[in-house]
Amino acid sequence: MIKFQNVTKIYPPDTTVLHDICFEVKEGEFVSIVGKSGAGKTTLVKLILGLEEPTSGSVFFAGKNISEAYGADLQEIRRKIGGIYQDYKLLPAKTVYENVAYVMAVEGKENEEIISQVPKVLEVIGLAEKSNNFPKELSGGEQQRLAIARALVNHPDVVIADEPTGNLDPYNTYEVIRLLQKIHQSGKTVILSTHDREIVNKLGKRVITIENGRVVRDEEKGRFII
Amino acid sequence: MLTNLKRVFHFAFIDFYRNKGMSVAAIFVLTITMLLVTGLFFMRGVSNFLVETIQNKIDIAAYFKADTEEKDILTVKEEILKDSPDIKSIKYVSREEALNDFIEKHKDNNTFLKSLTEVGENPFLASLNIITNGSTAQYEQVSNTLQKDEYDTFIEKVDFSEKKGTIEKIFSITSNINKFGLILGAVLVLVAVSVVFNTIKLIIESSKDEIATMKIVGASTWLIKAPFIIQGAIFGAIAFTTCLLVTLAVTYFLSPGLSVIMPGFILFEYFILNLWMIILIQLGFGVGLGIASSFIVVRKYLKV
Ligand SMILES: Nc1ncnc2c1ncn2[C@@H]1O[C@H](COP(=O)(O)OP(=O)(O)OP(=O)(O)O)[C@@H](O)[C@H]1O
Ligand SMILES: [Mg+2]
Repeated sequence: MIKFQNVTKIYPPDTTVLHDICFEVKEGEFVSIVGKSGAGKTTLVKLILGLEEPTSGSVFFAGKNISEAYGADLQEIRRKIGGIYQDYKLLPAKTVYENVAYVMAVEGKENEEIISQVPKVLEVIGLAEKSNNFPKELSGGEQQRLAIARALVNHPDVVIADEPTGNLDPYNTYEVIRLLQKIHQSGKTVILSTHDREIVNKLGKRVITIENGRVVRDEEKGRFII
Repeated sequence: MLTNLKRVFHFAFIDFYRNKGMSVAAIFVLTITMLLVTGLFFMRGVSNFLVETIQNKIDIAAYFKADTEEKDILTVKEEILKDSPDIKSIKYVSREEALNDFIEKHKDNNTFLKSLTEVGENPFLASLNIITNGSTAQYEQVSNTLQKDEYDTFIEKVDFSEKKGTIEKIFSITSNINKFGLILGAVLVLVAVSVVFNTIKLIIESSKDEIATMKIVGASTWLIKAPFIIQGAIFGAIAFTTCLLVTLAVTYFLSPGLSVIMPGFILFEYFILNLWMIILIQLGFGVGLGIASSFIVVRKYLKV
């Protein structure tokens, strides 16, 4: 589903973040990517979404080289991925309701479906009361939950979550992880980047560990060891 | 498709409304630009009118002795027409017509009419009023014809106006004004256009993050672009309506005053006569500029 082939990423002028990365994520897998802060997890996620280009090597999504995808092709890839970003990337000029509704509109959903779905989703993530608030009027945790809702509402084939629990309390953290597990069980591919030891160890799924820009461990049923 | 179109309009109106301050600013600068262009159009109308008025002034008038027969006068007219067929106009005014014109013109003024009765008989002479095409050659030809010896018997006097000199002066003034006005106008319009462009740029710039995020969630270029372009069109449409109403009001109220300074020029009538042209100019500058600015700016931010 997703394949990194000898990917090196150097931020100009000379910050080498990723060095000759190779790994493949199969359809239906649940993969955690762990590493210290600054290890390059977010950069990895950005490469998958075509938000950054590899300096050398290629990243493939469903057989397509992402750095060669433009316009409609790239849009289609991005629509197939539910991205949860560390910095949320909410639409600042749109309300909570509109943020969720927008991605449904992007997907081409009909109005009736949007009108019936969005309130349900907001209810589930506990933001029903904040429907008409703007992102800047939300707490960090609320913004994070909105980002999650937005990523999941279209039922994407692949969910990529970059530090989705960073701002959540233990209860909400547990809820989010349970949600990701449920998505995985329904046959979807999930990529989770985190530096939360407890989560990774509890999941008991494949773990890719990145250190100094290299993959130092890639184990099925791995553990968080840094 | 229809859903998408509705959506895009919905987004545009919401953004327009939420961004009230900026929207008003954009509409304001657009309106000013359009008023400026409209003003230049009216200036052109006024200067054309002035030139035409002067060109249509009678430049040579030949007065015939009271006992001249009409057929002799018409012979002179034929003669002049034969020599200068492309003359602008030559009009025979009989003694009666001259009298009637005078009475008509001064019908509200008793002193004039009274003095007329005191004179007893018709004091006016028949005349040929000639408007040349403005060329020196024609002017000289006509005056030569009128000064022929054979006509001496019935021509009482010939009035040569100073029109030729005046025309030349006016021409040089208006052509200078036109040149100067054109340059000044072009500069002003350019400045105004760049102000409009930058205002719209500012609006879209404040949506930079929004646009970036829209791209990240996979929105199509069209879905991102269209609301901004529609917003530009809304700015243009509101500015256009405002501008047309302002033009209507200004021409309506200024018209009588201007007619006093420039008899025969009815500003409001000029507005009505050129309504389609003015609408076209204002639409072109308003809606066109609004859409074009949005289009250009949003393209820039889509290239990420
Ligand atoms: N646009 C950029 N230009 C230059 N350097 C960058 C840029 N983005 C990230 N970096 C650098 O690349 C390195 C990896 O950053 P990245 O965000 O991928 O780390 P991370 O693993 O996600 O860290 P964290 O766990 O703190 O989120 C960091 O040292 C960072 O300073
Ligand atoms: Mg990160």
